Amino acid sequence: MTATATSSISAAHDPDAAAARCVGLVKHYDDVKAVDGLDLEVRRGECFGLLGPNGAGKTTTVEILEGLIRPDAGRVELLGRQWGGQKDQWLRERVGIQLQQTDLADKLTVEETVRLFRSFYPSGRSVADTLELLGLRAKRGARVHKLSGGQKQRLALACALVSEPELLFLDEPTTGLDPQARHRIWDVVETFGAGGGSVVLTTHYMEEAARLCDRVAIVDRGRIIAQGAPEALVAELDAEQIVQLRVDGELDAEALRDLPGVTHVEKNGGDLFRLGVASVGEALPAILGVIEAKSVALQTMTTKQPSLEDVFIHLTGRKLRDE
Amino acid sequence: MSRSGSVRHPLVELTLARLREFGRERGAIFWTFGFPVLLAVGLGIAFRSKPPPQVRVAVVGQGPEIVSTMERLHRAEGIKPLRLSAAEATGALRSGKVDIIVEVAPPRAAASDPKGAEPGPPRLVYRFDTLQPESRYARLLVDDALQRALGRQDVMKADHRPVSARGSRYIDFLIPGLIGLNVMSSSMWGIGYAVVLARRRRLLKRLAATPMRRSHYLLSFMFSRIVFLAAEVALLVAFGWLVFGVAVRGSLLAVTVISLLGSLSFMGLALLVAARPDSTEVASGWMNAAMLPMWLLSGSFFSYERFPESVQPFLKALPLTAFNDALRGVINDGASLWQTWPSLVVLAAWGVCCFGLALKLFRWQ
Repeated sequence: MTATATSSISAAHDPDAAAARCVGLVKHYDDVKAVDGLDLEVRRGECFGLLGPNGAGKTTTVEILEGLIRPDAGRVELLGRQWGGQKDQWLRERVGIQLQQTDLADKLTVEETVRLFRSFYPSGRSVADTLELLGLRAKRGARVHKLSGGQKQRLALACALVSEPELLFLDEPTTGLDPQARHRIWDVVETFGAGGGSVVLTTHYMEEAARLCDRVAIVDRGRIIAQGAPEALVAELDAEQIVQLRVDGELDAEALRDLPGVTHVEKNGGDLFRLGVASVGEALPAILGVIEAKSVALQTMTTKQPSLEDVFIHLTGRKLRDE
Repeated sequence: MSRSGSVRHPLVELTLARLREFGRERGAIFWTFGFPVLLAVGLGIAFRSKPPPQVRVAVVGQGPEIVSTMERLHRAEGIKPLRLSAAEATGALRSGKVDIIVEVAPPRAAASDPKGAEPGPPRLVYRFDTLQPESRYARLLVDDALQRALGRQDVMKADHRPVSARGSRYIDFLIPGLIGLNVMSSSMWGIGYAVVLARRRRLLKRLAATPMRRSHYLLSFMFSRIVFLAAEVALLVAFGWLVFGVAVRGSLLAVTVISLLGSLSFMGLALLVAARPDSTEVASGWMNAAMLPMWLLSGSFFSYERFPESVQPFLKALPLTAFNDALRGVINDGASLWQTWPSLVVLAAWGVCCFGLALKLFRWQ
């Protein structure tokens, strides 16, 4: 963007304002509190991830930010502006949106669809450049219903990026895609971020959040329960390794808690234990010792690097995805 | 950075998208263009003008008179006598295979007629359902034929001059009615279904998240409909004229204006029906609920004047009735646009009210 192009709007356009900010967001659906007093701030140029299980309130939060749902309470500000009234058009032109699920018109081709979306914006990327960016050039003449899941998702992203938005909302952009398709989407999001764009992303894939997001907020039951850079959140676990073991027989979590090198213990289900371990060398012999002393049978034991998944389990006692 | 050279107006792009979506739906093309023509062909052939059907007469009884009665009936025009037993005849009358039974009574026994004068004519008994128009017609025809054969003379002379009025055939009545039905159905399904489908697929929500003007979206439906409307109406008018000789006696401009107004009116109704549902099943139900009464009551296939007097004002207030009346006025009776104004007012009122209400109720997600 050149200086002359932006001078006319810069008076009303505070470049220091957060990309997105919300305070005290509340949204009920009948008896269900989908969002329950949620605050967050997304900085300019950062990729911010909302991480949480299905039904945590991620989509409702994002759609409130997008101006598609009116909150019952709370304040929303995008690029320094609020939704409502005459300003909406201004915001709509600067925000790119990919909804969690949209079936674009089946009978139109890829190119026709992008051209249609381009026509809604006063300025933006050319259709050809957009197709190139999303790797859809070879598919430009294909009807939408003939596309694979990954191609459809890239088309949805093309419709969001054709306006060259300042802020991009992605609601579970890679759910249900195979790893290769997922990586192609990640590449596009990284390119957008490298160009200075801000991103708000929801996901329940840890790898996705860890790779794309500068900061993540872990959302559970309509609230943010932890927030920070992915590495920082993992570091807060204070665990070098996660040890997971399954036993056959009666074993009390308390029996493992005070062992040397063990930072925390969770019992999931009847016989599955997850232990945060500061030092594997110290902890493992001690754990095995307890198992032998209690004469329970060890069925499986794995160790791994802690991840955001473990942060989530540690905070909620539940897994991110039901498997 | 904006290469606006190749970017068309959103209304143009939206309308093009509508036209493409519709044009690429082969089924929709058939139901819009093929089906009404097939219907016109089928009904036009089934109800083509033809001489009145032959009256079927069952002749029962005994004796020599029955032979002469059969002969007399055979000689008469438009009568088909069948010699049946009494039981067969009763069954045939009940099932509608014959319209009347002529029972030839045996000549009176000579003993009972002491004067022994010339034998009187055979006494006949006509058995028929006096509530059936066909049977009453059959009695008149049969009696007349038999009496004349025995020498009855007209007491008063009358001339018969057959007249065939232009535009009085069933097909003349049917073609405007089919145009009406088609304009209604294609407007309703073309818009209502597409809108509900777009809502169910979250496409409406996605579009609402762009700076697109919402009025552009709704207008694009109207513009694309009008393109297809012109083709539909032209096809049926041309087909009726070329195949069945149904002439447009009024002006083509009047037909165009009425079709346009009617279509806009039905689009308003379609938007109203499609304003809220997000399931196509529910929408189809509403759509049928709105259209079925008009299919039956609005005089597309037969004149609504056959319904009782008391319900006529309600029938005339239906948009399809108004549309059919206006179109028949112009096509069959050569009315001017001005002369059809009451119907046009009804159409405009429906359009404005439905459209206004639809905009209020419309759900984007």
